[in-house]
Amino acid sequence: MIVAEQKSLEELKTLIGESEKVLVVGCGTCVTVCFAGGSREAAITSSSLRMASKLNGDEKQITDITVQRQCEWEYLDQIAEEVENVDVVLSLGCGIGVQAIAEHFPNTWVVPGLNTTFLGLPSEQGVWEERCAACGDCILELTGGICPIARCSKSLLNGPCGGSEDGHCEIDPEIDCAWQLIYDRLNSMGKLDVLLELQPLKNWSASRDGGPRKIVREDLRLIEEE
Amino acid sequence: MTTSMSNNGNLSGSTLERTLREGHFAVTGELGPPQSADGDEIRKKAALLKGLVDAVNITDNQTAIVRMSSIGAGTIVVQAGLEPVIQMTCRDRNRLAIQSDLLGAYALGMRNLLCLTGDHQSFGNHPDAKNVFDMDSLQLVKIVSDMRDECIFECGDAFKGLEPRFFVGAAAAPFADPIDFRPYRLAKKVKAGANFIQTQLVYDVGAFAEYMEKVRGMGLHEQTYILAGVGPLKSPGMARYMKNNVPGILVPDEIIDQMTAASAPWAGKKKDELTKEDKRARSKAWKEAGIKVCIDLIQQLREIKGVAGVHIMAIEWEAAVKPIVEGAGLFPRPTLKEELPA
Repeated sequence: MIVAEQKSLEELKTLIGESEKVLVVGCGTCVTVCFAGGSREAAITSSSLRMASKLNGDEKQITDITVQRQCEWEYLDQIAEEVENVDVVLSLGCGIGVQAIAEHFPNTWVVPGLNTTFLGLPSEQGVWEERCAACGDCILELTGGICPIARCSKSLLNGPCGGSEDGHCEIDPEIDCAWQLIYDRLNSMGKLDVLLELQPLKNWSASRDGGPRKIVREDLRLIEEE
Repeated sequence: MTTSMSNNGNLSGSTLERTLREGHFAVTGELGPPQSADGDEIRKKAALLKGLVDAVNITDNQTAIVRMSSIGAGTIVVQAGLEPVIQMTCRDRNRLAIQSDLLGAYALGMRNLLCLTGDHQSFGNHPDAKNVFDMDSLQLVKIVSDMRDECIFECGDAFKGLEPRFFVGAAAAPFADPIDFRPYRLAKKVKAGANFIQTQLVYDVGAFAEYMEKVRGMGLHEQTYILAGVGPLKSPGMARYMKNNVPGILVPDEIIDQMTAASAPWAGKKKDELTKEDKRARSKAWKEAGIKVCIDLIQQLREIKGVAGVHIMAIEWEAAVKPIVEGAGLFPRPTLKEELPA
């Protein structure tokens, strides 16, 4: 899932600025699961901002609403009325949600309430970890299902470097060395020979380096009638 | 078209390569460029190393701190009559920049290259920087070997003129985790084309001998030249710091004890009881002990089969190289056979 975290209340206050009518929009998908921008967080955020506004003596009108997915037009259509009645939308969706609102409501000013952080999973309650870099050319079969692009600090394809110690990455003892994990897993599966192959340079053109990406599936497109 | 045989069978014809090929025990040093544009800094350091080492590594933004470029500093080193080993990391440049810089380096007279992945930028003075890591050190070894032997760029295009012919090196960390994999990772570097290897600092000769036994078992010492890394300690504190804080460096207690013993005359005195002169004298005693330990290490390492030389890392203490090289009986450096014209 997409993992995000909320910006500070101070930042949010700055983002809404002088706007009188504010709509906080939560998203019911990824950011709900990571407790950053679901209906609960949207309600808390709008009430915090209302309190801040009251303390400031400016009595802004701050409301909140949550859609199932901010990244799909049909769900955004459902809040068109609410959105068009405010001065600013504070999106608690990921970066995709913010952009979808901007694209779908050309006359609405939208600001981001979250920092979209990574593609990952909750490794335990309250802890999320990055797992995928969406590089567009998956090689997990070479590394025992552990991604060195996302999880090695240097994205090495022929790791580990010399900075691995006690299973941790040298840049942060809180971060596992991806290559130690890869080594241990391949070792336990009796597949260490995979690591003896020299992996060639990666084709980064499938990644963001190749420019913004787009997938077109002709088989799924709605064919316009002649 | 390959021209690999045009240089009497040498890959690059560098002094380092010829020294090793002629079977001499090689000595390389290290020179850290300044955090400034002052070329005289390089000239001063080069003067301290000239004649003592066969070649000197020029670090590339070491520990991710911005310094004069290794190729820029290397050019000054060439002018000073010393042979550089250009260090090139994968942190700051993509495949376009690396290849183009190496063409320039070769044209400027560089002949040795050490391929490194590079320290992560979070260690340095620009931690907010975007890193590159378009490739890793093994892939870099392969690219520069292919530039020389296949006369092709990474993309596969053939050179339209002179190809850069480097003596290609790589680093090895014999004691880093997972330790069982280390000889195999070295094998991968050799397979990628590493002509020589410089290791991380060795203080534990016994552990290194065990590593070399595995390396010999795989026949790697016959396919590459392995230079063991050594470095003089400046104090017992430095020894303890490396033991406890630097991944992949083992420092046996005996060496820490040797360093501590050097400061026996000042032992038991509290920090504020030491005069400036005391501190200076103690530091001198430690440095002398550090040089002695380094000489002992070189002599022991030289006895290990498959060790083709030593790489002396005395960064910001270049003056230590002279007593170390002389003390280890490695001075004067060998006179090489005259090269026959190609």
